[in-house]
Amino acid sequence: MSIKSQKDFASGLMFTVTGAAFAWNSATGYTVGTAGQMGPGYFPMVLGLVLVMLGGFIMFFSLVVETPDGGVIGELAWRPLFCILGANILFGLLLGGLSLIGLPPMGLMLAIYALCGLALLADAASFTVRRWLVLSSVLAAGSYLVFIQLLKLQMPVWPAFVNLY
Amino acid sequence: MDLLANLATGFAVAGTPINLLYALIGCLLGTLIGVLPGIGPVATIAMLLPATYALPYATGPVSSLIMLAGIYYGAQYGGSTTAILVNLPGESSSVVTTLDGYQMARQGRAGPALAAAGLGSFFAGCVGTLLIAAFAAPLTEVAFAFGPAEYCALMVVGLVGAVVLASGSLLKAIAMIILGLLLGLIGTDVNSGMARFTFDTPELTDGIGFVAVAMGVFGYGEIISNLAKSDLEREVFTARVQGLFPTREDFKNMMPAVLRGTALGSVLGILPGGGAVLASFASYTIEKKIKLKAGEVPLGQGNIRGVAAPESANNAGAQTSFIPLLTLGIPPNAVMALMVGAMTIHNIQPGPQVMTVNPELFWGLIVSMWIGNLMLVILNLPMIGIWIKLLTVPYHYLFPAIVLFCAIGVYTTNNSTFDIWMVALFGLAGYLFTKLGCEPAPLLLGFILGPMMEEYLKRALKLARGDWSVFITRPLSAALLALAVALLLLVLLPAIKSKRKEAFVED
Repeated sequence: MSIKSQKDFASGLMFTVTGAAFAWNSATGYTVGTAGQMGPGYFPMVLGLVLVMLGGFIMFFSLVVETPDGGVIGELAWRPLFCILGANILFGLLLGGLSLIGLPPMGLMLAIYALCGLALLADAASFTVRRWLVLSSVLAAGSYLVFIQLLKLQMPVWPAFVNLY
Repeated sequence: MDLLANLATGFAVAGTPINLLYALIGCLLGTLIGVLPGIGPVATIAMLLPATYALPYATGPVSSLIMLAGIYYGAQYGGSTTAILVNLPGESSSVVTTLDGYQMARQGRAGPALAAAGLGSFFAGCVGTLLIAAFAAPLTEVAFAFGPAEYCALMVVGLVGAVVLASGSLLKAIAMIILGLLLGLIGTDVNSGMARFTFDTPELTDGIGFVAVAMGVFGYGEIISNLAKSDLEREVFTARVQGLFPTREDFKNMMPAVLRGTALGSVLGILPGGGAVLASFASYTIEKKIKLKAGEVPLGQGNIRGVAAPESANNAGAQTSFIPLLTLGIPPNAVMALMVGAMTIHNIQPGPQVMTVNPELFWGLIVSMWIGNLMLVILNLPMIGIWIKLLTVPYHYLFPAIVLFCAIGVYTTNNSTFDIWMVALFGLAGYLFTKLGCEPAPLLLGFILGPMMEEYLKRALKLARGDWSVFITRPLSAALLALAVALLLLVLLPAIKSKRKEAFVED
């Protein structure tokens, strides 16, 4: 027996594992109760078990039913995945700081430059220093105007150690 | 006339200059983001939602909701523009628009196609608004007759509807719903006050922010998969857009198609379960069946009817799908689920009580939907040229900007970086879902309905002393569940199954 659809097998596995985790956690961590007197664990446990079952079905069919293109998952786009999510995380780190590692808030402006740089790197052909500087500067100026001046959103704009307020 | 009095109340609220301005801004922003390739209405609304929080508190939640309605229509229209010009449907309901719209664009008739979409949508929107105004009040009465068992059954119908319309495998779509329901349960349980599945993270006790889920799964997920694709499908027809207005001949062909689409869309939209998508597919099928006039281009090769009918059906359905939302508080599709989230953030619990407790808000919102539609026509027909220009901005300038707006937007919902980490997590999940062929829209609907469903299920079974048969012994609930089963069977029937495949296969 071989896997006839990689996509289905992998997603079935994902559903089964997640469902099992929820069901196990609900059953052990919270009061389950009865249908007439449901505890906090009842509904998630039932859902978790249903998800396990569905995941099982999906996996079973992925082994039995032929799929025309073989349901190949294909390569993951590591570069955009890493860069886009990384840009997002870097933005958060710089904007708000992280007391855990003693990083002070660096503010919106620096965060925008960092985000643009890393995001542009997502596409190998996209990144040039010039493009990065132009795009970041435009976005930084625009964000300052719209979000800070106009909409008056509350967030650190400049690094915490630069006192510009 | 109650209807007229109610509409007058609405106009008094939505017609104030400041609210008109918000509607205008909403439409502009919605179109601006919605027109970007690969960003559908759900992603657009998720991204722009935070902008509505920033509105001055003095004007109250009405203005925010009005702006949101503007964003909604702008996003829908922007999505059709990309579908026609770039052959990239931003959402499943504009899939059929690409069939004839893109062909028209290739023949240099993008202008009439866009105008047909705009005018058709406007007409459908007018009819839809009137229908809401006429039926919302009586339906609210029905809503008060609903007990917890009926609410549960109705939610099942809605969720099954979402499954039926998902484009991939049925089992996977159901699994995505369950996953969504489970994710929605994360946070404090209202009955016991117990924090569930929070891993002792204080930020999670309020639950996962749905903006974070929507933006991560739809926004980032889509950007990443777009970047992973090669440039070949991003072929844009911008140079050859001339002659914006449809000819007299076009109008003659368009009118009956618009009428048919509107009628179909209005009826299907009321059904919980994402009627808009179903409506656009069904109306395209009908147009395909109708005999061609002499000299008319067959559908699929650039017939204006193939754009006008599904677009009006889609918009009429989108409009009437507000009915289950406003009267029962149950979102029929992912976009409406977002609207529920938005309303909750503005401290409004959608449901029958909104109309009685807060009639200004209710009727103001309904009228503003119509105004949003009108704005679109006034704005977008002359401005089509500008939106098209936007499509020529290289993607490498666009996507960092989109990432930035997502990040800023999600940060401002709670002013905490925690939500930024959550977006990253759900961005990863969203990308994996696309890779594994799991459609994310049902997940979002489940996510919103999770806590609601648990609450009603709990109540229903408590009243019935744990007897599950309550769902089939109460006639209304039994009827709804039968409807859900019928919907499921409909998809499973081989004939429809192959049709569904056909409709969703991209050429």
